[in-house]
Amino acid sequence: MLKGHQSWLFENKPFIRSTATVVGPFEGRGPLAKDFDIVHGESMMGQKSWEKAEKVLIEEAAKLAIENAGLTKEQVQFYIGGDLMNQIISSSFAARTLSIPYIGVFGACSTSMESLALAANLVNSGSAKFVLAGTCSHDSSAEKQFRYPTEYGSQKPPTAQYTVTGAGAAIVSMEGDGPVVTSATIGRVIDMGIKDPFNMGAAMAPAAVDTIEAHVRDLGIEPGYYDLIVTGDLAKVGYEIACKLFKKHNFPIEQTEYSDCGMMIYDYETQMVQAGASGCGCSAVVTYGHLLNRMRRGELKRILVVATGALLSPISFQQGESIPCIAHAVSIEAGREIL
Amino acid sequence: MIFLWAFLVGGAICVFGQFCFDVLKLTPAHTMTLLVVLGAIVDGIGWYDPLIEFAGAGASVPITSFGNALVHGALQELKSNGWIGIITGIFEVTSAGISAAIIFSFLAALFVKPKG
Amino acid sequence: MANNIKKNLTRVQQEYKELAQSVEPPRPILKNFIRAFIAGGAICLVGQAIQEMFVHWGGFDEKKAGDPTVAVMILLSVILTCAGVYDKFAQWAGAGSAVPVTGFANSMASAAIEHQSEGMVLGVGGKMFKLAGPVIVFGTVAAFAVGIVHLLIKGGGGS
Repeated sequence: MLKGHQSWLFENKPFIRSTATVVGPFEGRGPLAKDFDIVHGESMMGQKSWEKAEKVLIEEAAKLAIENAGLTKEQVQFYIGGDLMNQIISSSFAARTLSIPYIGVFGACSTSMESLALAANLVNSGSAKFVLAGTCSHDSSAEKQFRYPTEYGSQKPPTAQYTVTGAGAAIVSMEGDGPVVTSATIGRVIDMGIKDPFNMGAAMAPAAVDTIEAHVRDLGIEPGYYDLIVTGDLAKVGYEIACKLFKKHNFPIEQTEYSDCGMMIYDYETQMVQAGASGCGCSAVVTYGHLLNRMRRGELKRILVVATGALLSPISFQQGESIPCIAHAVSIEAGREIL
Repeated sequence: MIFLWAFLVGGAICVFGQFCFDVLKLTPAHTMTLLVVLGAIVDGIGWYDPLIEFAGAGASVPITSFGNALVHGALQELKSNGWIGIITGIFEVTSAGISAAIIFSFLAALFVKPKG
Repeated sequence: MANNIKKNLTRVQQEYKELAQSVEPPRPILKNFIRAFIAGGAICLVGQAIQEMFVHWGGFDEKKAGDPTVAVMILLSVILTCAGVYDKFAQWAGAGSAVPVTGFANSMASAAIEHQSEGMVLGVGGKMFKLAGPVIVFGTVAAFAVGIVHLLIKGGGGS
């Protein structure tokens, strides 16, 4: 049901019945490697192009999530997915393979929570029994599309971020057990005039702050309600800006632990990622892999995942536009048997 | 001696390029374009050839010398064939560089896959 | 250039821009300058060495040795690009790897290799000049302009 201006309260508490995460070799060398279901040995994954490799990622994650839920793909009503590729081909072609009625969405790196929020809404309202929500990204296909050919020698500035090669998928349903999705807040597009595509963190931070503030306002809660509030991929620069913005707005973020997926998935010492990670896959694999594992172990009871996305295209940038951004928040709480 | 100057002059031109990257915040494409145009202008004034005499590869290896070569071609043909030479001569001197880049890049694409 | 189109920022956006700039980690300018100097200088040294070899052992004269030298430098750059090494070197060297003609070759080889997945004609052929195109276009236009200026100032067919 609608809560406040832009949020949904899922009074029936749909379950995240199962999840699956598939990543590339670089992510497999990071601190969260043990939380991922499949770690590929090479980023081309035996395919003929980066784009085809990205399709493999999301297909594998989707199939594994369905399998982990104890279902067949024929039982899933809808697949809600999106990615960074032009015309979201990775998700569309995976939908072709899965043959599940498909709702394609584009939220750039906020797609993980955008799709999860929609999936939870469909299930909660009785519009579906089983919904698959998933997203993916691939560093090389993103570089090729948004920046430079992967073998091109360009020097990345310290504000740059490394796109996660990974896919995360989840099955949401009223049946089963596991962590529950309790609410979601759909973000507005926020543009503070940042134009530098090598500084996404600065572009996205205001959107994250706006959505988090809207969430607590709409639901009438304090940030301390959550054990952990985590943003999708602000990375070092965006994270620091968000902290400063919270302070400026007198928002009591210190009531809870505030962290960022883009700062968790790589080891800054051994992996050259400048400011940190980005990409649709970042928030997806960190949430569905690492955070939900912590929740299943009883370490976390209530979390708010705020995936952040930058809605630019190479053409909008070349035409002198700044970078509009968006953030979608989903609250996930430990399943009933843990509480 | 020319080795020393090649190192110093070549290094200096690259530092100017780095200045464009870090201080002027230009993209590599914009920087290289600026350098090539500067090379063309410097040769138009007649100062690039003396620089090559003095610094050897320090002046002929950076992309600025591409601008120099384009102008050389144009002016050579202008001198020998009149005004039409400005158009017919432009690629004459740089032909080796452009042809080599095209051919080797093509061959690379035939045999190599990107590594990400 | 994107910077040329000025967008009027509201006061809130102005303030935010200042906040963002205050947080932005500064580029290590001095370190980058030194690295660019060393890398660029070293590549030019290699070029000089190759040129000397062509003059002393290849039978080329000073003027004509430039062509095979450039060709060899381009070949070396393409090989390093194929090996997946040039981009790693470039993260360290910055303009030191981009400014020499090796950077030009790397831009073409990397684009050709990357777009092979779209076919030889439209992928390799059509996109090879993605990054090098501006250099050729503007170089040509600049040379044309210089030629015209020479023509007007000095007259054609002789200086």
